[in-house]
Amino acid sequence: MAKPQIVKFKFPESLEEMPLGPSAAAGILTEPNAGWRVQSPVIEHPKCTKCLLCWVLCPEGVIGKENEQLEIDMNYCKGCGLCAHECPKDAITMVQEGEADDQ
Amino acid sequence: MINKSKSSNLDFLNGDEAVAYGAKLCRPHVIPVYPITPQTIVVERISEFVANKLMDCEYIHVESEHSAMCAAMGASLVGARAFTATSSQGLAYMHEMLHYVSGSRFPIVMMNANRTLAAPWNIFGDQRDSLAQRDTGWIQVYVENGQEALDMIIQAYAIAEDDRVYTPVMVNIDGFVNTHTYELVDIPQQNDVDEFLPPFKSKNAIDFNHPRSFCMTASTEWNMEFRYQQQQAMDNAKKVIEEVDKKFGDKFGRYYGGLVEEYRCADAEVILVGMGSIIGTSRIVVDKMRDMGLKVGLVKLRFYRPFPVEYFKGLSNRVKAMGIIDRDISFGYEGAVASDIKSALASSGFCSKVINFIAGIAGRDITKEYIEEMYNKLFGLTQGHDEKELQFIGLRW
Repeated sequence: MAKPQIVKFKFPESLEEMPLGPSAAAGILTEPNAGWRVQSPVIEHPKCTKCLLCWVLCPEGVIGKENEQLEIDMNYCKGCGLCAHECPKDAITMVQEGEADDQ
Repeated sequence: MINKSKSSNLDFLNGDEAVAYGAKLCRPHVIPVYPITPQTIVVERISEFVANKLMDCEYIHVESEHSAMCAAMGASLVGARAFTATSSQGLAYMHEMLHYVSGSRFPIVMMNANRTLAAPWNIFGDQRDSLAQRDTGWIQVYVENGQEALDMIIQAYAIAEDDRVYTPVMVNIDGFVNTHTYELVDIPQQNDVDEFLPPFKSKNAIDFNHPRSFCMTASTEWNMEFRYQQQQAMDNAKKVIEEVDKKFGDKFGRYYGGLVEEYRCADAEVILVGMGSIIGTSRIVVDKMRDMGLKVGLVKLRFYRPFPVEYFKGLSNRVKAMGIIDRDISFGYEGAVASDIKSALASSGFCSKVINFIAGIAGRDITKEYIEEMYNKLFGLTQGHDEKELQFIGLRW
């Protein structure tokens, strides 16, 4: 997946290292970001035809198609449910966070 | 003020026009502005300059003063030199954005035509509008006439864009008394201004190769350090203001004195402190009273922020009494300028010899007679007469 690498943010260690006004480098990921997810998408792979509609529509770009099966990067999925709503084969189910592991 | 200028490029301009010429000479890239009395002529002249291709800049007629300051900030964010102008209600309307601009460290220059605030609504001058913006983090300078207004627009960019400062500057000019009064103004040559003020190369701008996000949140753990930086920048500005005044004087012949200017203070027993157009009238009164053998002096407070606290600390052992003219009042206490000066004097025990005169509210004239009356009250104080600490001058009853 062509996703920016995580670059750990280096906090200033002195006044001299402080930026001029509140600004910081943009276009980088400083840490995994999925903390507010309430529901997680779970793919039933036998139903999936790899039409890639979810891959196109995912607003966060976290669905990977590099391997045989589609994969969702749960470090960045916000749990919006758009993939589940749009899947023409109903192959994606939204599961309450914390319950997905039981499936 | 020391004038050694040999220039003869004089024109008969009012204060607003002088500001427009000052802005033109600084070659701003973007001017977002909204007209408001008594600043309107600035907007009209600049729009004419742009329409007649005498100025190469993006002129944005925005829908409000809040938007004007937002647009100026956006311009500064991409490294453009931005200018705007406002007054009174307009300044109050952009209050929120004044904090954004100073906190984000964008060296924008703005002219403010000092005008009272409603209610009661009135278009004429006092300085409550800008003094109420004390804590927005802007450098504030108050000018005496159109020439100083023009010169200070140019100096303001040199101060604001200095690496040690990077703080916006508000150039305050008294509404009508200065904005609409005509005088002979020396308009500097463009090539001289270009030498004095090189093109703006922002060190706080978006760069395609090094993308940054701006004006972002700073959490509790980090916010206070940004404020400390702003205070440091203001402290640095004191030195930079003096340097720029010297550099400007060397180039154009006019030295204004930096943070303050003294007029006939050397052996003065009583002095008046004031800001803006009132200084011109006061000089005449000082001359007249000096001719009568009275040791009076005048201090022109030019910069309100950063405040020349060191200067006032040193003044207390030189004079016997001091009057502070405020064209404003902080209701429930006293004039804003008086509070600051008395705070600087506190350790000297001199405050009992200070009278705060509230005058010239909403355009009411401060006449020569009123100023003479103030000096006489100060002499009375030195002779042991009782004088109230706070006095309204020129009240109807």
